[in-house]
Amino acid sequence: MTTARTLRTLTAVASIAAVLAAGACTSTRAATTPAGSAGGSAAASGSGDCAAYASYGDLKGKSISVFTSIASAAESKPHTDSYKMFEKCTGATIKYEGSRDFEAQLPVRIKAGNAPDLAYIPQPGLLNTLVTANPGKVIEAGAAAVKNVDTYYSPEWKTYGSVNGKYYAVPVGANAKSFVWYSPKKFAEKGYKVPQTWDELIALSDKIAADFPSAKPWCAGIESGGATGWPATDWIEDMMLRTVSPADYDAWTTHKLAFNDPKVVNAINMAGSILKNDKYVNGGLGGVKTIATTSFTEAGLPILAGKCFLHRQASFYQANWPKGTNVAENGDVWAFYLPGKTTDVKPVLGGGEFAAVFSDRPEVQAFQAFLASPEWSNEKGKATPNGGWLSANKKLDPANLAMPMDKLSYQILTDSKTVFRFDGSDLMPSAVGAGSFWKEMTNWIALDKGSQAVADDIEKTWPKS
Amino acid sequence: MVWLMKPESVPEKILVMFFAIALFALVVGLVLAVVDRPKFPKWVPVTGYLGPALVLITFGLLWPGILTIRNSFMDANETAFIGLDNYARIFTDAQFLTVLRNTLLWVALVPTVATAVGLVYAILVDRTRFEKVAKTLIFLPMAISMVGASIIWKFMYEYKPKEADQMGLVNQVLVWLGLEPQQFLLVPVLNTLMLIVVMVWIQAGFAMTVLSAAIKAIPDEIIEAAKVDGVTGMRLFWWITVPSVRPAIVVVLTTIAMGTLKAFDVVYVMTGGQFDSSVIANEFYTQSFNRGQPNIGAALAVILFVFILPIIVYNVRQMRISEGER
Repeated sequence: MTTARTLRTLTAVASIAAVLAAGACTSTRAATTPAGSAGGSAAASGSGDCAAYASYGDLKGKSISVFTSIASAAESKPHTDSYKMFEKCTGATIKYEGSRDFEAQLPVRIKAGNAPDLAYIPQPGLLNTLVTANPGKVIEAGAAAVKNVDTYYSPEWKTYGSVNGKYYAVPVGANAKSFVWYSPKKFAEKGYKVPQTWDELIALSDKIAADFPSAKPWCAGIESGGATGWPATDWIEDMMLRTVSPADYDAWTTHKLAFNDPKVVNAINMAGSILKNDKYVNGGLGGVKTIATTSFTEAGLPILAGKCFLHRQASFYQANWPKGTNVAENGDVWAFYLPGKTTDVKPVLGGGEFAAVFSDRPEVQAFQAFLASPEWSNEKGKATPNGGWLSANKKLDPANLAMPMDKLSYQILTDSKTVFRFDGSDLMPSAVGAGSFWKEMTNWIALDKGSQAVADDIEKTWPKS
Repeated sequence: MVWLMKPESVPEKILVMFFAIALFALVVGLVLAVVDRPKFPKWVPVTGYLGPALVLITFGLLWPGILTIRNSFMDANETAFIGLDNYARIFTDAQFLTVLRNTLLWVALVPTVATAVGLVYAILVDRTRFEKVAKTLIFLPMAISMVGASIIWKFMYEYKPKEADQMGLVNQVLVWLGLEPQQFLLVPVLNTLMLIVVMVWIQAGFAMTVLSAAIKAIPDEIIEAAKVDGVTGMRLFWWITVPSVRPAIVVVLTTIAMGTLKAFDVVYVMTGGQFDSSVIANEFYTQSFNRGQPNIGAALAVILFVFILPIIVYNVRQMRISEGER
């Protein structure tokens, strides 16, 4: 009898659990629903003439599916809006779909034979993995797309979209990462100057630490859910660019230079001189270890409260300031270029997204070529009224970029004196670049693991082949 | 009819859901109607009833299971066999040994603590005036999804420096007591214990419900006989109550143990497996889908399977034994 009742209870519990699970499924589905190219009207874009679109031909009735990691309606609208002119002039329909689970979903969809026509791939390393793991599934870029990239992008952008000498993915976005956010108001108040060299930066940090005993000069945060640790890898990459030659940097990202080489350990130590220095961090957030648990989106906010003065983060951090914050050269917050050892060379760390295609249908090829064209970059700029987007397209008109920060980033990215290098962790195989590098940098902070031990353990995980 | 295959708006989706349910009812009705005819030979109803389930299990469970086992012996590209290398790596690499240690901690602590809490609670509130309210209270966490519970507890453990306003309840209590706030989810082993607390919080309600039902089913004459013999309090608990509900305790322990081995949500939401707090289920997901090492992920899945298997066997055996007793 006991068991009979027990079993009945068990069944009841199981059915409750089943209902809950079903509920969870529904909400997941809702998050991945196609944002739809039908909704929304193009306010800023979609006007103009179709002359530049003639080369794509008549694509009436054709449809192209696009898959990205940008899922929410608000965030995907700039994307769908940027296709409006293409749709209007060629007659094609773009079916946009975003998923927060993009990185896990895309390989599954490719393996299942259900690949989208085109996907926005956030890391060259992922492109490399996709191409090697699924021979023949990722289609090489068509002649028109290649011509556009050759004409409108500097050569290094082509290498990021290439795998084993073959060209696949066109750039669809860029960002500059070598920035330090600060408060121009506070700097003016105290008479601080924007540092021009690394030594000046350290001197400024010491001065702030002395001037403000109740605050800290730096604040940082590397928590980012499953990607926790990536902001720290950006620090290491920036330090590499400031301590070794660009050629050595390239050797490092391709494993011709071992990860536990003294040069790399030296760069980690240089980052540690700030990030693991209790006198410098973590302004308004606690001690060194709080860096590991502070969300990267919130890490710079103590600047507004005067608890912190410097925060190294990419140009896209402008979206994280609370509404009403004036992001401008003389506003509440602004960013300066993270200085190097000298003022002669200005290495810049950056990142970007790339569009690869999984079909050789002519309309898909035409759409990929369109994404590499100046028309699209300018349309995208106009369709992003809140800023936070730019591309390295040489013919992008900075006037089409909404925010001063985007204009500054564009200017730095396209400056012929800049030595641009792509985010190293994005170039490395995902076992390292989206795995051990993140994880070990987190341990470096959270468990106070040594620089050499961290480098040794990352080196061990580099795939052999 | 295109929308039927690709519903986009909410009403369309609800319609499709009803359509699917109707289709299901139709198929089941059809199977029942056909199979029930006595003039058919015996194999027809047997296939009718077992066929669909067999097909689904074969293609939904067995086949992927075999593929997973195969992949656990292959390299990261799933092209060449590399023997036991993946397993060797898991059992020698310090990173994976930590994962295994954490999983053992989970499976040792969650079932025992949750069952103990549930049992003691069930006895304390048994036949009291506020029994219903008290039971509902501890059962409520069961109604919250694992992810929801994890987010709640993440806020409970939230850390802010001493001089700032605390957000997390636990650290606020520490500050009230004049102590330093702690980063509970950061320090290894302590963080695993803190995650285990969450799982116990969720599972105790389940243990309490089942055990309470079992306690109520103990015949009154046994209790009375024991009381006549002068047994009370703790001795009554140890010598009468616990042995009487032993089968239920075993079922609860093993069921929670299985759930614990598969625990993914709590770890994924609260620490993401960082700071040496990962468990097998979480690591298997991370390795397969984030790190591009489906082979290691498959090997971890197989190890998990091997861990769970004896518990399932024991669980089923116990159920059979107690059914035999009936």
